[in-house]
Amino acid sequence: MSNWALIIYCGLITYLTRFSMIALIKKEMFNDRIRQVLSYVPSAIFPAIIFPAIFLDNSGLILFKDNPKIIAAIIATIIGIFSRSIIATIFSGLASYWFTIFVV
Amino acid sequence: MTNFKVFLKGIIDVSPLMIPVVPFGLIFGVLAIDVGFSPLETIGMSLIVFGGASQIVLLQLFSGGASSLVIISSVGAVNSRHLLYGAVVSEHLSDLKLIWKIIISYFLIDQAYAISNEYLKKNKDQNRYFHLVGAGATCWVIWQSTTFLGIILGAAIPEKLGLSFAVPLTFLALLVNDFRKFINVIVIVVSGLVATLGYNYIPFKAYAIVAGLTGLLVAMIFTKMVKTNE
Repeated sequence: MSNWALIIYCGLITYLTRFSMIALIKKEMFNDRIRQVLSYVPSAIFPAIIFPAIFLDNSGLILFKDNPKIIAAIIATIIGIFSRSIIATIFSGLASYWFTIFVV
Repeated sequence: MTNFKVFLKGIIDVSPLMIPVVPFGLIFGVLAIDVGFSPLETIGMSLIVFGGASQIVLLQLFSGGASSLVIISSVGAVNSRHLLYGAVVSEHLSDLKLIWKIIISYFLIDQAYAISNEYLKKNKDQNRYFHLVGAGATCWVIWQSTTFLGIILGAAIPEKLGLSFAVPLTFLALLVNDFRKFINVIVIVVSGLVATLGYNYIPFKAYAIVAGLTGLLVAMIFTKMVKTNE
């Protein structure tokens, strides 16, 4: 598949989700149980992007030793828990990552 | 209020939420070039997809060599969280003409939805939808311009900085409100472990979908258990 076709299909599926939200889905279609489970979608899917990007090296092997990303992610998580701020989380993580690779 | 004033109010209300979007857009622009998309394709992606999480997931899986089918279904999985909003927002938008529903759908991103839902709840004016259009258009302008800036900056940013690390950090930041909830933490850890350990073994690089579904299953089991204990 060409890059453009890939982009268009991804755009289409994103658009259709949004359109179905306001045009097709009605409040009574979801009971409390489905709503409750759907509220866990971010917690279920985002770690699948987060964890491999932190714990795996470029060849896809698990890397624990000399991995500045782990400590930086832990610091970002702690800052995130206390600040509840998106920006503070991102920047504290980047700052501690750079501090580890450039200064330490 | 006139249509324009409601539109303007949408712009003003959504502005504080635009602060985190700026680095997100820059990072996207830089990374898209980095993983091998042309500047034109990168701009096209922001115009056609117009969704931060969708676009970053696309890049991440693309750079890992995932097949198109897996990338598209992962983008669908990421977007499924939006279905939840549908139950809430549709009741405010039900008397809208179809053509407006088609237009507004394009602008219905997290930030615009979050801020306009508050307004739509309190306001019953005929032209209240202009608030959503104003908020959405603001997000659109910020997203397109930061993407463009990222494409230009990308050439100037040294690879040594390891800016790709901003991807997991950005998604981590989107979960800040879930870190304090017990079941969410379990779901996060299980999904993360499945994705990391299965990265090399789950065929077609479908680890994101397998991990997501496992996480949801864990959520279903735990929420059920908590309910029965009550």
